[in-house]
Amino acid sequence: MTIGASLPHDSAPLHVTGQARYVDDVPLPQGALHLAFGLSTEAHAEITALDLTEVHAAPGVVAVFSAQNLPDMPDVSPTVQDEPLLAVGKVHYAGQPVFLVVAHSHLQARKAARLAKITYAPLPALLTVEQALAANSRFEQGAIVWSRGDIADLSKAAIVVEGEFEVGGQEHFYLEGQIAAAIPQEDGMHIIASTQHPTEIQHKVAHALHLPMSAVRVEMRRMGGGFGGKESQGNALAVACAVAAHATGKPCKLRYDRDDDMVITGKRHDLKIRYKAGADAEGRLMAVDFTHLVRCGWSQDLSLAVADRAMLHADNCYFIPNIRIESHRLKTNTQSATAYRGFGGPQGIVGIERVIDHLAHQLGLDPVTVMRRNLYAPMGSAPQTTPYGMAVEDSITDQILDRLIQTSNYNARRQAVAEFNAKSPILKKGIALTPVKFGISFTLTFLNQAGALVHVYQDGSVSVNHGGTEMGQGLNQKVAQVTAQVFGLTAGQVKITAADTGKVPNTSATAASSGSDLNGKAAENAAMTIRDRLATFIADKHGAAPETVRFTQGQVRVGGEVYDFARVVAWAYQARVSLSSTGFYATPKINWDRVKGQGRPFLYFAYGASVTEVVIDTLTGENRILRCDILHDTGTSLNPVLDIGQIEGAYVQGAGWLTTEELVWNAKGHLTTHAPSTYKIPAVSDRPEVFNVDLWTVPNAEDTVGKSKAVGEPPFNLGISAFMALSQAVSACGPAYPALNAPATAERVLMALQRGQNV
Amino acid sequence: MTQVTFLLNGAPVAVYSANPTHTLLDYLRDTAGLKGTKEGCNEGDCGACSVMVTDAQGSRALNACILFLPQLHGKAVRTVEGLTGPDGQAHPVQTAMIAHHGSQCGFCTPGFVMSMATAHLNGDRDHDTTLAGNLCRCTGYAPIIRAAQAVEDQPVPAWLQKDASFILGQISSGDPKGADGPLGAGGGGEASSPPVLGTDSVFRPDNSDALADWYLANPEATLIAGATDVGLWVTKQMRTLGKVAFLNGVQDLQHIEFQGPLVHIGAGVTVESLRKAMLPLHPSFAAMLQRYGSTQVRNAATIGGNIANGSPIGDGPPALIALGATLHLRRGDEMRTMPLEAFFLDYRKQDRRAGEFVAGISLPAQAPALRCYKISKRFDQDISALCGCFNVTVHDGHVAAARIAFGGMAGIPKRAAHVEAALIGQPWDMATLAAARAAFAQDFRPLSDMRASADYRLLTAQNLLTRYFHDLAGQPVLVQQVRA
Repeated sequence: MTIGASLPHDSAPLHVTGQARYVDDVPLPQGALHLAFGLSTEAHAEITALDLTEVHAAPGVVAVFSAQNLPDMPDVSPTVQDEPLLAVGKVHYAGQPVFLVVAHSHLQARKAARLAKITYAPLPALLTVEQALAANSRFEQGAIVWSRGDIADLSKAAIVVEGEFEVGGQEHFYLEGQIAAAIPQEDGMHIIASTQHPTEIQHKVAHALHLPMSAVRVEMRRMGGGFGGKESQGNALAVACAVAAHATGKPCKLRYDRDDDMVITGKRHDLKIRYKAGADAEGRLMAVDFTHLVRCGWSQDLSLAVADRAMLHADNCYFIPNIRIESHRLKTNTQSATAYRGFGGPQGIVGIERVIDHLAHQLGLDPVTVMRRNLYAPMGSAPQTTPYGMAVEDSITDQILDRLIQTSNYNARRQAVAEFNAKSPILKKGIALTPVKFGISFTLTFLNQAGALVHVYQDGSVSVNHGGTEMGQGLNQKVAQVTAQVFGLTAGQVKITAADTGKVPNTSATAASSGSDLNGKAAENAAMTIRDRLATFIADKHGAAPETVRFTQGQVRVGGEVYDFARVVAWAYQARVSLSSTGFYATPKINWDRVKGQGRPFLYFAYGASVTEVVIDTLTGENRILRCDILHDTGTSLNPVLDIGQIEGAYVQGAGWLTTEELVWNAKGHLTTHAPSTYKIPAVSDRPEVFNVDLWTVPNAEDTVGKSKAVGEPPFNLGISAFMALSQAVSACGPAYPALNAPATAERVLMALQRGQNV
Repeated sequence: MTQVTFLLNGAPVAVYSANPTHTLLDYLRDTAGLKGTKEGCNEGDCGACSVMVTDAQGSRALNACILFLPQLHGKAVRTVEGLTGPDGQAHPVQTAMIAHHGSQCGFCTPGFVMSMATAHLNGDRDHDTTLAGNLCRCTGYAPIIRAAQAVEDQPVPAWLQKDASFILGQISSGDPKGADGPLGAGGGGEASSPPVLGTDSVFRPDNSDALADWYLANPEATLIAGATDVGLWVTKQMRTLGKVAFLNGVQDLQHIEFQGPLVHIGAGVTVESLRKAMLPLHPSFAAMLQRYGSTQVRNAATIGGNIANGSPIGDGPPALIALGATLHLRRGDEMRTMPLEAFFLDYRKQDRRAGEFVAGISLPAQAPALRCYKISKRFDQDISALCGCFNVTVHDGHVAAARIAFGGMAGIPKRAAHVEAALIGQPWDMATLAAARAAFAQDFRPLSDMRASADYRLLTAQNLLTRYFHDLAGQPVLVQQVRA
C-alpha cells in the first residue's frame, strides 16, 4: 500500500542540498531583462504629472512603461477587471504600481524605479472600516445578510453577551517572494511563475497580449510557499513580464524585493466583528447576531468569496437555532486583501469562539462545558443543519473532544493553572481548548474540478501531470502515492512533472485545501483507465477475466502467472494498447446559491481541536505558548507524516496570526511593517515547547481519494486556542471580561489588563 | 578594482570587483552560479542566505545578503552546495532533515541546514538560539528541531574540517590574513598580486594605527565592521558608498581585556563574543544580548558598530550606560574618553568628530544588581520596542546609587535621570517605586510607531521598575522562566 505510507516530501533530498529549483534559479536565455515597479507613495490621489525622464536615463534601463505609453492597459484582477497593471490617472493605495522599469539587471531596475518624479493631487483616503462604512465605500450594493430563524428576542435570553473586537490581517510571508518570467516564443509566450494558479496566469497573459489561451504556456515546478498569497497576487508580475517581453522580444523576469512584495501585495482580510449572543442559563445558544466589517482594500480580488466563507464558518461546531450574519465588504485605500490559508474561515470561527469564551466567562463555566452544550448532533444521530441549510452529517467534535481532553490531561491542567495563578502574582497562566469544523470545497462550485494526465512509458516508468501546484504541502508526493497504488508500484516509481497548462488545461487554483482531493482523484481516474486497458489486454492473452488481474508490488498477476509490470507494459505497447490517459474529477453532491445563502457548498467537513497553555506577564503583557496538544481529523491519511507537517505548521502560523503578527499602517496609509524586521512571524522559539500532534484517522464518510480529508487549511484554525488561552490568562487577573483584540501582542494583552483594571 | 581571495566550498577563488559593496549573496547566485543560497528578505532577517564562514576565530553562520565580498578576504566560505561530501555523501544534518521532514516548501532549507551544520560543527546544542535567525513559514519548526537534536552526537564530517585546517595552515605559514599564502597562490596565479590594502576606494587595515591615520585623511569615508546595518543601506536604500574601510581585519580592536576592576572591550569585538564574555560577569546583559539580532547577526555585528551607529533602539548602549561604561574614541593619535551616555547628543547625532572612531569601551567587571529587560513583539530576533536596564545599589534598605537607562524611549539611548533621583536616598520599597513612577514622564516622551504606542512604552517602562524590584527579590518575573 502506498496510500497511507509515511513517505518524506519527494523533493526533500533536493531541498537539503540546495538543488531544488525555484523560478529565480532557472537560467534564462542570454539577454534576459529584469523588471521593477515604481510605486505610489500616496494612498489615494490623482496623478497630475508623471516625469519619468530620470528613470529612462538611469544606467541599464531599456524601457519604461506607464499609462502614458500603454493605452491598452492590461488588467490583472482575478475577478472583475478592476485592477489595471499600472495606475491609470489615479492611485488607490500606497504601494500601487505606477510604472514599470525594464533594465539589464535586477538592481538597475530597482534603482531606476526610485527616480520618478510623480506629482499627486491627494484625494481623501479611506483607511479604516469605520471610514469606509461612513462613506458607504463597499463592494456589492450593500451588506450581505444571511439568517435563520428570528433574533428579535435575543435580548430577552437569560444570558446575553455583547461586544466588538478587532481581528488583524496577516502577511503571507512565503519565504520565496513573488516572481515570474516570460520567454517569448515564435508564436506565443512561455511563462514560468511562482503561482498557485497557472491557468489564471495563462488567462491574464493571453488577455493582455490579445492571444488565445492556447498561445500561452505557464509552467510551475514548485513554489517557496504560497499560503493563498500566490493565488491571484502573481498576476501582475506575469503580465508585466509578458508585456515587456512582447515589446522587447527578450526574456523578462520580475522578482519583488521583500519590502516591495509586502507593500504591493494583498494580505489576509482584517475585520471587526460585532456580536450579540443570547443563551439560556446553562449556556445553550438561542440566538446570535454577528456583524463582519471586512476591510477588502482597493480592488475586489477574491474578497466576496473570502467574506462569504467567513459567514459560512460563523457557526463553527455549534448549532445555533437563530442566527443573523451581516457582512460588509468595505472598499478602502489599502492593499487589496486576498486569499490566505482558511480564506475567511478563520475569521468566521474566531468570532463564534469569542462568543463561547465570553459566554463561559459570564456563566463562570469552563468554556468546554459551554461548547459541549452547543455542538452539532453527533454523526449517526439525526443531523442538524447549518445556518445555510446544509445537514451536518459527519460531526465528530464530541468524540474529538473526549479523546483530546483525556490525552492532553485538560481538566487536571486547568486546575493546575488555577493553582499556579493563585500563587503567582506577576505571571499568570491560561489554558484553552478550541475545536474546528471546516468546510471542504470551493464555494464557487464550478471550481471543484480537476484534470490529470498519466503516461506509462514502454519501459514501465510512469509520469503524472496534474492540475495542482506544489508549494511545500507535499501534493506531488500524495498524487504519486495515489497513482502508484493503482498500478501496484511504489511512489518512487511514479514521476510527477511540473504543473504545465500545456499538459493539463483549465485548472483551478491549488487552494481551498482541495489539492489532493481534486487532483488525487483525477490522477487516480487517469491511472485506472490505463490499468483497465492493461488488465483487459493481459487477461485476454491468458483467457482470464479482466477483473481478476491484480497489480501489486510491481507485478501483474493474471491466471496464475506473475509478470513484472514493465514486461506487461512492453507487451501492451507492442500490441498497440494506448498507455496514456487523461483523468478528470468533479466533486459530487455540492450545490450552492450564494445569493440566498442556501445549499450544500461543501462535500464534507474536516474536524479537529487543540489545547493551548500560555503564560502572560501582567507587567508588560509579554506572553508565550507553553504547550499545545492537537487532535486533527485527516480521514484515512494519504501520508501521515506530511499531514502532521501540515498540522504543526498550520498551528504555528495560526497562532502567529493572533499573537505577534501585527500589520501597522500609518495615518498616510503607508504600511509600516513591510519587512521581517518589523513584521514578526513566529521564530523557532515561538513554537510550543511541548507540542503533541495526533491524527484522527477514521475514514471519510464521503467518497474522497483514499477516504482521506483535506488538511491544508483546517488546522490553521487550531491556532485560535492560543488566543483564547491568552483571554483565559487575562481573565485570571480580575473580574472583567478581557475583550482581547487580535493580534494579542504584548501591548494588546497589557491594554486588556488595563481596560479590565485587572492589574 | 577590489581584489578579494577566499576559499569557496574548498576551492580558492579570486574576485575582482569594481564594487566594494558587492554582496556575497549576489556573487554566489549571479556570478558563481551557486543557486542553492536563497534570497528571502535581503536584510539579514530571515536566514535563507545563511552560509558558513571560517577564519582564525572558527566557523560561524552569517547572512550572505548583507556580507560584502571584501569582508571575506582570506576566509573560507561554505554554501549548501559544499555541505555535501566530495563523493556526494550527505552531511548528517541533511540526512536528518529528510528523515524528520524538516523541509516543506524547501526555500528556507538551505539556510537552515547551513546554520544547523555550523552549530553541529561547533558542538552547539542550543538550537533555539542557533536557529533564531532562520525563519520557516511552513513547518512550525518542530521537525527541524527534531532533526537538529538527532545529529547532536554524530561526528563532524571530515570534509567540513578542512576549511579550519586550511585557515590554520595559512596562519602557521605566517600570513594571518591569508592573502598571500596558499589561498592566494591557488587563485590561478592572479591572487598573488597585493591584497586590497591600499587601493584608493577600499581600505582594509590590519591595525588601529593604520585605521586612525587613514580615517584622519579620509574622514568622509564609511567604516564598515559587521555590515549588519550598512548592508541595508546598500540592499534596501540602494546607496552607493564612496570610500569605505573594512574593519574586520583590525586585530587590536578585537580584544577583551581585564584591567583591574574593569573590562576593556575593543570596538571590533562581535556581539556574539561580547555575549560570551558577559555570561559569567553580567548574566542578565548576556541574556539580553542573546536576543540581539540572531546568531548570524551577532556573528557579524560589533559592539563598536552598535555604539557608533547611534541608534535609539540599539540594545547595547542602555545596558552599558546602566553599567557606567566609559567610551574610548580615537582620532589620529589622539584618544579621548567620556561616559557613554555623553556620546549620544540627539537623534542620530553623536559627539564624534570628523575622522574619529569608536575604539572601545570599559565597563565594571562586577555589577550584581544589573538587570536588562528587552521588550519586543517577538522574543527572538526583534528590535526592541523598549529596552530598560537597571543597576541600583541598595545599602541598609535604602537606595545608595542608581543607574537606569532605556532604549526605545527617546531619540537616543538615555539615562532616566529623574527616576534615578526619585529613588536615591529613599527606602527600597513599593512606596518609593510608586512615587518614582511619575518621574518617567519627566525623563521620557516616547513615540508611537509600528513597534508600540507611546502609552505602552511609558507604562511598560514604569512597570519594568516594578519587575526589577521583584526580580532582585528573587521572584520569577519572566515568561521564559515558566514551563508547562
